[in-house]
Amino acid sequence: MTRGLSVRGLSVSFDGGVTTVVRGIDLDLAPGECVALVGESGSGKSVTARALLGVAGAGAMVSADRLRWGDTDLRGLDEKGWRAVRGAGIGLVLQDALGSLDPLRRIGAEVAEALEVHRIGTRAEQTASVRRLLHEVGVPEPELRAAQYPHELSGGLRQRALIASALSAAPEVVIADEPTTALDVTVQARILALLGDLRRAGTGLLLISHDLAVVSQLADRVVVLRGGEVVEQGATRDILTAPNTEYTRTLVRSVPSAASKGRSLVTGDPLPEPPALDDDRPPVVAVTGVTKRYRAGARAELTAVDDVSFRLARGEVLGIVGESGSGKSTLGRIVLGHVSPDAGTVHVHGSRWSEVRGGARRSLRRRIQIVSQDPLGSFDPRYTVARIIGEALPHRTAAQRRTRAAELLRAVGLDDRHLDRRPSTLSGGQRQRVAIARALGTDPDVLVCDEAVSALDVTVQAQVLDLLESLRATTGVAIVFISHDLGVVHHIADRVLVMKDGRVVESGDVREIFAAPAHPYTRALLAAVPALPEPADSLPAERT
Amino acid sequence: MTTHALPAAADLEVRRAPAARHRFVAVGRTLVRRLVDIAVVLFASATLVFVMLQLMPGEPEDVLLRGIFEITPAVRAEVIQDYGLDRPVLLQYGQYLLGILQGDLGASYQIRKPVTEIIAANIGNTAALAGAGLALAIAMATLIALVSAGRGALASLVTQAVELLAISVPSFWIGLLLLTAFSFAIPIFPSSGADGPLALVLPAVTLAIPLTGVLSQILRERMDEALDLPFVTTVRTRGAGEFRVRVRHVLRHAVLPALTFSGAVLGSLLIGTAVIETLFARPGLGRVLLNAVIAGDIPLIMGVIVFGAVLFVVINSLVDVLATAVDPRLRIEAGVS
Amino acid sequence: MVVSAAALQTGLVRSRPFPGGTVVAVVAGAVLLVIVALAIAPGLFVQVDPLAADPTRTLQPPGDGHPLGTDQLGRDVWARVVHGAQASLLLGVGAVLVSLTGGIVIGVVAGLSRGAADRVLSRGLDILFAFPDLLIAIVLVALLGVSLPTLLIAIGIGAIPGYARILRSQVQLVRSAGYVEAARGIGVPGILVAVRHIVPNAIGPLLVLATIGVGTAIISASALSFVGLGAQPPTPEWGLMLSESRNYLGLAPWLGIWPGVFLAVTVIAINVVGRRLQRRFVSGAAR
Repeated sequence: MTRGLSVRGLSVSFDGGVTTVVRGIDLDLAPGECVALVGESGSGKSVTARALLGVAGAGAMVSADRLRWGDTDLRGLDEKGWRAVRGAGIGLVLQDALGSLDPLRRIGAEVAEALEVHRIGTRAEQTASVRRLLHEVGVPEPELRAAQYPHELSGGLRQRALIASALSAAPEVVIADEPTTALDVTVQARILALLGDLRRAGTGLLLISHDLAVVSQLADRVVVLRGGEVVEQGATRDILTAPNTEYTRTLVRSVPSAASKGRSLVTGDPLPEPPALDDDRPPVVAVTGVTKRYRAGARAELTAVDDVSFRLARGEVLGIVGESGSGKSTLGRIVLGHVSPDAGTVHVHGSRWSEVRGGARRSLRRRIQIVSQDPLGSFDPRYTVARIIGEALPHRTAAQRRTRAAELLRAVGLDDRHLDRRPSTLSGGQRQRVAIARALGTDPDVLVCDEAVSALDVTVQAQVLDLLESLRATTGVAIVFISHDLGVVHHIADRVLVMKDGRVVESGDVREIFAAPAHPYTRALLAAVPALPEPADSLPAERT
Repeated sequence: MTTHALPAAADLEVRRAPAARHRFVAVGRTLVRRLVDIAVVLFASATLVFVMLQLMPGEPEDVLLRGIFEITPAVRAEVIQDYGLDRPVLLQYGQYLLGILQGDLGASYQIRKPVTEIIAANIGNTAALAGAGLALAIAMATLIALVSAGRGALASLVTQAVELLAISVPSFWIGLLLLTAFSFAIPIFPSSGADGPLALVLPAVTLAIPLTGVLSQILRERMDEALDLPFVTTVRTRGAGEFRVRVRHVLRHAVLPALTFSGAVLGSLLIGTAVIETLFARPGLGRVLLNAVIAGDIPLIMGVIVFGAVLFVVINSLVDVLATAVDPRLRIEAGVS
Repeated sequence: MVVSAAALQTGLVRSRPFPGGTVVAVVAGAVLLVIVALAIAPGLFVQVDPLAADPTRTLQPPGDGHPLGTDQLGRDVWARVVHGAQASLLLGVGAVLVSLTGGIVIGVVAGLSRGAADRVLSRGLDILFAFPDLLIAIVLVALLGVSLPTLLIAIGIGAIPGYARILRSQVQLVRSAGYVEAARGIGVPGILVAVRHIVPNAIGPLLVLATIGVGTAIISASALSFVGLGAQPPTPEWGLMLSESRNYLGLAPWLGIWPGVFLAVTVIAINVVGRRLQRRFVSGAAR
């Protein structure tokens, strides 16, 4: 009796066969094994995962030379047949459990659903199973949690509950589609550990991810997808340390980390040293003792930022890292002058936000610009790229604005033909570049990047990070880089602030902090970050 | 870096579970807020009505006695007494408010009955009509939405067209056509009156049609949306069939916006019954109000306005409380966690 | 019965594209233009006087010089139906203008308010919105007397709370929009932000609201005329004509058909055009 998944030549197309999204995928997964499908957006990895469960979508046409789970041929299954397989034979775990669990149903009901559908056990037995499952996935107080709703649980607990709900009918194979993407890094580490336990207990795990480091922690074998086709596949260690194809090499090279510091993420060539920071000149940004409190609910008060101070010199990149709720975004908004602190001062280029008004305030605003995670919301939906950038260039004629906008676009790596396009037709990376171009239009001294690359594919992220480095080198702009991604911060920042619950727990040179963290929280954070295996042919990483 | 130990799960991940008691607190707070609303509306509508009376051209007693042909001195005195019109304005106001709080909404001098009595006699019929219409509309709309949501372009086109007709064609005209067809041409249903359930059929159907159109639109669109949400994929991958997905999961998501909207629906419903009652010559509160307007029976109008205002606010409040029961996320807004 | 437009207005319902949608919208637009023409220049379409009664030719079925027959007073039904367009469209457009004016003022003030003022205003508006618009209209008619102009004002004012509520949420939406914040971030002065970004993005939904509102107002007006609170005899008005036809349903069913057909067609056309506008102009979350 064969066990596990066996796939040959899987293809999925939509619109009556016109658009082929996935073509010729070969894949084997045995129980107790973990295979990862890796790729960027549009690579077809999610579609493949869903096709394996027959939920690829209403208009999907799935064909394969072989599509077998155990002894069952999945190709000929009708809806009834699929229902028997789903949940009991093959399970699915999605990302973002807040949207992946029915928000109007209790946790216990969600976890028990597969049992109900497959008629496993009596009511009483099902309740007991739910409790046991929640306990196994590490949810404390399972009886209490089972009676709660998804929004009452933290992100990590929710994801565990989601995993429990996929496991309840004991499927042999579990497909996990970006299971840790929306989670904080410490929470992610624990969920990965849980998935590892699952695999060791004998469940076959198909992991879909864009994050190579996560994949390297869990997967035995890796399948790299691009444009719906397999680029290469093999043992994880081999693929990630000595890839055979150019695309995979680019993918691996694009991952920012300690090892990539000082090098271009796109080409791998070393970058010129940034100019030495001149300590004699006054800092571009000086934040002293800043505190901000918010009202939370009827009586409670939340301290978002607690007595934070730092200085930013011209041409310096300051990274601010922390998990959700650490206050880093609020700090960013305080520095930008959008939010006024309850205590402390913020000086930008010598002027205090609280002291300038009217025209002077507007001028000050232009010296410090923001690049945020989702630029689309910051564009007027009716405007073309030219108009968007042009708005940042007042006191010029229309022709001058257009010329300058074109210059700015070139500076961010786009060409003139994008001028008359609308942002909704651009890709995520292109939109982010337009946002950067607009920010540069005001000739700022400081760029505040708030999770600016978090929503981008890893190769696109690499390009934008390289762009930021070159901008820093050519224009001397200082950057405040707010991110939850330690690898990115390690790569790009000179100094780093580590924040937790509104306070700065540690700060200093990024290499020193990350190599030898002093504070237990920083240590925990760093311990939780999954790392890529060292490349086989690399130079020893710089350690100063 | 991997040699550093992971700290215990407890302090970094677990949020303390809010006690169940908090849910009661949430519902309690909503109730209190609603009671305040009702009181405010009662007060405001009574004040408004009183101000209206004072502002209308002519002496208040003439306004109140409008439409009566023979105004004897005795009747005049009665009006002045009832409303305290010989006293200063502020005292009149106080007297009026006090009366309202004691349940006295005034009396119609034309019909010679207290307003509360008139309302009580007629509210039954109107409630029956409104209730039947609403029930019918909900049933039909739910059915249409369940069947046609997420089924593709043709189903969407057909249902959209049907819905468009239902909301655009004036319901009283449909009622007229139904009357012609089923009362005169083929006499099945009575064409007037309120005797027996058969007399309820045509009016209820007429009332239900535009309502069905709107509710079906809302339900279907929300269901379409909800069917695209990630949790539906999760439910399907547990092996659930289409029926279970729609009825056990998605329907609840679609009901909520329909529920919040139904506050406005109910208001219009009660006015819609006025027109339908006129069309089908059915006794009811709506018709009473309309006749009062035509006859200029101001006391009756005033009383019905105050009653109607409080009724609408009570219904809206009930709907809000119901909404928190359906959607647990709303309980947070009432200040739970 | 007039809940229809409210749903579209509150943004709970959106317009989905369907095959042939553009054709349908164009046809609806053409129909609407014809009806507007009827309203503006009825004389172009019919020469008979709608008020001319002929006691010798009452309740004649369609045919023989009277394409739609005659009513109980011998008046030509076709002439009355054509002239009825004027009353309905005037009432519809007029009432919407009143509602828009009041709604914009209240809605913008409420939408721009902050803090305590905002809390008070929004509670007040929520309570006000609990009142059905027709109830307010009926009350106003009771106060001001029964006539066409008062009907217009009454329906217009009655719909103001609904408009104010939608406009308030629209203003709040736009006020906190990302692109507004971005414009301020690059140093654009407040007034220019309002002129360049806020107003143009808010106009679209307003247009949709107004269009669909005309349909709602027309139905409300005809409903109130139907029950005797609007147009008075002998004015040719569709709702009134339907009311008058009630007594003759058995004898002259055509009296109860044609005014209704015109009403229905007008409102359907308005709704189709309105939904199409909604697709085109309402963007983002409000869609």
